[in-house]
Amino acid sequence: MKKSAWIALLVTLVVLVVAPQYFKRYGIYLLTYWLIYITATMGLNLTVGYAGQKSLGHAAFFGIGAYTVAIMMKAGLSFWLGLPTAALLCFVIGIILGFPALRVQTIYLAFATLGFNTAVWLVMRNEEWLTGGTFGINNIARPSFFGISLNGNLPYYYFVLTVTLLMAALLWGLLRSPWGKAFTALRDNPIRAESLGVDIRSYTLLSFAIGAVYAGVAGAMFASLVEFIEPAPFTVAASIMMYLMVVVGGPGYFLGPVLGAAVGVVLPEWLRFAQAWYLFVFGAAVVLLMIWLPDGLLSIPDRIKARRQSREASAARSAAAKGQGVQA
Amino acid sequence: MTDFLQLVFSGLSTGAIYGLAALGFTLLWQASGTINFAQGEFVMLPAFMMLACMAAGLPLWLAFIASCFVAVFVLGWAFKRGIVDPLFKSGMMQIVVATIGLSMAMRNGVRAGYSAEAHPFPSLFPDTLFQILGVKISASDLGTFVLALGLVLFTQAFITRTVTGRAMQAVAQNTESAAVLGINVPRMILYTFAINAVLAVAAALLVTPTYLAKFDMGEGLGTKAFFAAIIGGFNNSRGALLGGLIVGVSENLAAAYISPAYKEAVALAIFMVVILFKPQGLLGRKVERKV
Repeated sequence: MKKSAWIALLVTLVVLVVAPQYFKRYGIYLLTYWLIYITATMGLNLTVGYAGQKSLGHAAFFGIGAYTVAIMMKAGLSFWLGLPTAALLCFVIGIILGFPALRVQTIYLAFATLGFNTAVWLVMRNEEWLTGGTFGINNIARPSFFGISLNGNLPYYYFVLTVTLLMAALLWGLLRSPWGKAFTALRDNPIRAESLGVDIRSYTLLSFAIGAVYAGVAGAMFASLVEFIEPAPFTVAASIMMYLMVVVGGPGYFLGPVLGAAVGVVLPEWLRFAQAWYLFVFGAAVVLLMIWLPDGLLSIPDRIKARRQSREASAARSAAAKGQGVQA
Repeated sequence: MTDFLQLVFSGLSTGAIYGLAALGFTLLWQASGTINFAQGEFVMLPAFMMLACMAAGLPLWLAFIASCFVAVFVLGWAFKRGIVDPLFKSGMMQIVVATIGLSMAMRNGVRAGYSAEAHPFPSLFPDTLFQILGVKISASDLGTFVLALGLVLFTQAFITRTVTGRAMQAVAQNTESAAVLGINVPRMILYTFAINAVLAVAAALLVTPTYLAKFDMGEGLGTKAFFAAIIGGFNNSRGALLGGLIVGVSENLAAAYISPAYKEAVALAIFMVVILFKPQGLLGRKVERKV
């Protein structure tokens, strides 16, 4: 990374640590909410943006993570047992969901994952003995960390911040490893990747499984944040929204989910009083974005750079042509 | 046995509506490679158009015709020119995402700008019951089934029998050859969008009396239409009807014999089996993967 990038990172960190001290309760809640959705969409960004698998079932994993933690804590088990269980469960189910992706691609895969989401949602809504049905599960406690209670909003925010940064660092490392290159190869040309010796079968499954783990961890933190869960945040519509968050932010851009989660969930939550109008504008903006900026908001700097380079190149070309003209 | 037949019959009428929505969906796909995620909202909007026309004092049939014209313009022409044409070259997923955005905008636009309530809608058919083979069939079930089936078959006949319809098919099969043969390709694609719009208005006319006009009424319908289209075969317009009927009937049977709570999972289960074992659909042709 360049020096300026390190400085920017450091400044962001300081702001994230210091600023919430001065926030009101709702501000801290919104910020925590944002971080949780960033974690979830980071996983989807891996599946969709880097590995190119069209998944419309991400909210199902988010829900599985949330319900796993909630159910285990209701059974008297610790959050610290629930969190890894949620992650593991999502990993396994993610691998299973990856299997349809080995047979079908693009729109068929999108519908298969959408269907999976509906199935999970139906289980959440109907199996009252396990999930509480439409009444949901309430009074989910917040965990404590080696005797430090995370019950307050600020301590819980710092916990979520730590996990989010940890997950982001892991993803950053993963994407820079040979695995990350294999994922992008899978996205750009699967058949070519296979001929170069990338085991596309395992990488397809892994891209789903790792993406699912991120959603599972986020879900676990979500359950403890809102302290009450019901099936509504884990519907197909929520999955579609997560997909849009990745696309709007910029699929395959590391920071895309940060922007995507801000416009996809934090703003509508904040503007709750005008939510229908907000979603109307958001929907229309997605349409326009697809027409003018299909690679997402974060592709703007790249676009400007590409335009400047092409302008410089054409200027150089015309200068060279002029020079030749003089010689001849 | 009578119970079973009863369920099958009422399932057929729902299924025919799914088929109607699915048909428009496959037609768009064939002609222009457009996967329309807003198909459900394309049914919702005409329902409100008709309500608005009736509120202005028009009778139902006139409201229907007026809505057809508006729909052809807005959901056909404007949709094609404004969204599909600019995205045609960038690929299928871009169109998918754009239509997802469109559906969100339409749903919330109606919710915020008009009403979030469910509005009653007059039924085309009287409230009578028929007795056939000991099975009670309501006039509206029968009428819906007959009308929807009739529309699907009429559309098919138009596509396979008329010169315009065949030209549309040629465009769907091979755009370049069709252009070489002197077919006006953009016009044929526009016709497809217009037909899709009219089918959506018809579906709205048939479905709204039971579903009620509400901003989110298209949500379930759109998904069912996709599933029906894929089950029947995405690149085959007869498949849409078959898929719709299969989904409608098996949903009804599952609700009665398995569990009403898992009714929505039926379309999904059939869809999963179909795409895992026969991804081209029951009546579809196979498309080979290309490098």
